[in-house]
Amino acid sequence: MQLIVNIVVLSAIYALIACGYVLVYRVSRVLNLAHGELMMVGAYLLLTTATAFPGSPLVAIAVAVALSLMVGVLVYVFLMRKMTGEMVLAAVLTTVALGILLRGLVVLIWSAQQQYPGEALGFTNPAIALPGGGRISTFAAILVVATALIYSALFVFLRFGRWGVRMRAAGQNPLLAAQRGINLHAVYALAWGLSTLTGSIAGMLIALDSGLTGTMAIIGLKAFPAALVGGLDSLFGALIGAFIIGAAEVLSIQYIDPLLSDVVPFLVLIAMLIVRPWGIFGTREELDRV
Amino acid sequence: MSSRTPRASGYFRTDYGQSIALIQTRTERAGVVALVVLLLGFPFLASAFYLDLANQVFLAAIGSLSLMLLTGYAGQISLGHAGLLAAGAYTAGILSKEINAPIWLTLPAAALVGGILGVIFGLPSLRLRGLYLAVSTLALYFVVVYLGGEYETKRGYSTGIMVDAPKIGGFTIHGDRAWYFILLIAALVALLICINLLRSKTGRAWRAIRAHETVAQALGIDVARYKLLAFVISSAMAAVAGALFSYYRSFVSVEAFSLFLSIQYVAMIIIGGMGSLLGALLGAVFVTIFPYVIEAGLLSLPGAQHYAGILFAVNYAAFGAVMIVFLIFEPLGLVGIWQRVQSYFLLWPFKHRPAAGQRK
Repeated sequence: MQLIVNIVVLSAIYALIACGYVLVYRVSRVLNLAHGELMMVGAYLLLTTATAFPGSPLVAIAVAVALSLMVGVLVYVFLMRKMTGEMVLAAVLTTVALGILLRGLVVLIWSAQQQYPGEALGFTNPAIALPGGGRISTFAAILVVATALIYSALFVFLRFGRWGVRMRAAGQNPLLAAQRGINLHAVYALAWGLSTLTGSIAGMLIALDSGLTGTMAIIGLKAFPAALVGGLDSLFGALIGAFIIGAAEVLSIQYIDPLLSDVVPFLVLIAMLIVRPWGIFGTREELDRV
Repeated sequence: MSSRTPRASGYFRTDYGQSIALIQTRTERAGVVALVVLLLGFPFLASAFYLDLANQVFLAAIGSLSLMLLTGYAGQISLGHAGLLAAGAYTAGILSKEINAPIWLTLPAAALVGGILGVIFGLPSLRLRGLYLAVSTLALYFVVVYLGGEYETKRGYSTGIMVDAPKIGGFTIHGDRAWYFILLIAALVALLICINLLRSKTGRAWRAIRAHETVAQALGIDVARYKLLAFVISSAMAAVAGALFSYYRSFVSVEAFSLFLSIQYVAMIIIGGMGSLLGALLGAVFVTIFPYVIEAGLLSLPGAQHYAGILFAVNYAAFGAVMIVFLIFEPLGLVGIWQRVQSYFLLWPFKHRPAAGQRK
């Protein structure tokens, strides 16, 4: 039972992070390798708002979430906008460079020590006993619920929302979309904002659950195989991919070797790239023409 | 390496030998002689600190040259270069630790392991392009580093493997000055290999693949073979660089081969300038010296001791910022700047090349 709980929690973490990769890739074909760092920045923002709004934790969380949306938009406006139309590689390397920059800045602003935003907000994190003998911490439970809510919201938004449809259109054919009057820059900025927002929520919940250090970005990088295994442009795929990666990781820790946990996601990724590079639910890239 | 700068009039090649020669004119010969004198004299004038810095630059140069072959010329992206360096370093470390192998055995062994890994790293490139390829090399990097870490813990070298100073014919190599010459020779050999590969059939095939894979295939180039060859050669060179690194530091540990190292190598070829061997060298110099410059700059500020703790963070942030600046404002890298300066003087007093009959 505990095993199933662990798998569900880890999958939820990966799924919540992976949807950020998918959002940006689907809309702008850029792989955001700074996603882990952006998620970490979101979590640190919560630390700042927690001290800025003492006594009102919900306000602090709301402000931090709004700020993280803004961080994502700003990253697009000031950095990634310059890379539209450039080679894909250049854009990806820019995100890598951004990730390194953010890692440095986070330590400079918030120090490298382990910190607990949960305590700063005055939250406790009691374990909940589940029927069947498993235990789950409160924030892990909230994380699973949040993942479910965010995914349903994203599905509805992309399917029916005005901007959601615009995002899908821009992802399918940017030229046509622009000709039909869709503001591509606004759509891309929104995708970056939403991606950072969902990532930051994941980061905040992880930080509330188990504390916050500069190494959080590694979790973000490990969630990336989840997005790719499911298919980089499929939101539903990210959910399935996250489950596969989460299950593989928890089971290998349990039955093989705890040290494996850092490589298992990447082993699954390699296997997937060999068998079906575009992922389970992804669309196959077009052949190039001369 | 065909020179981009126009030659003075009155220079004519009269046989094929002259065309193939690397050093063609008297000015070039004088330049090379001056450079050799400078490089040979350097270790006798420089302090231990600068000697160590030069050695690091040579090691970085071998690594960045090999990555330049792969990414800058063959167009195959790799984010796993640190994994290959680690593989070479571990091969040398393990062989010298377990069976006491001498250096003339471990270096070829490292090259061999690197070559085999190159095939493994390269196999995905036959199906994957661009982004997906970069991701697969990234994944393989994690696997290689995991295996290295696993060896360390299983054999009980939890902090790392100590590597004894290598012996060549009863003569033990130690000290920065001896290493300076060995690494200088290694870097020069790497450079010569690169120059000659690139002006041969292989280099032309790589450039064609980079320009357009489908067209290259239509022209009769065996794309799969040359892609794998690029990976094998680049990986073997990187592995040798890693092996030399382990001997130079006389220590191997996974911590030295972080993902950041991979990114540093990618940064070297971006900052230096894609598709240029000179760029690889300039990038290696820039990226190696950069943290020391930041450190010196930071420590010269008032209240220096406060900054000691945050030095690595400043380094990270500054490095990321510099990489972003180059990617956005100077995609051609340092070589691009150099060429602009060169053409400014060549064209003076004019600002632009004549529109017709543009010389390349």
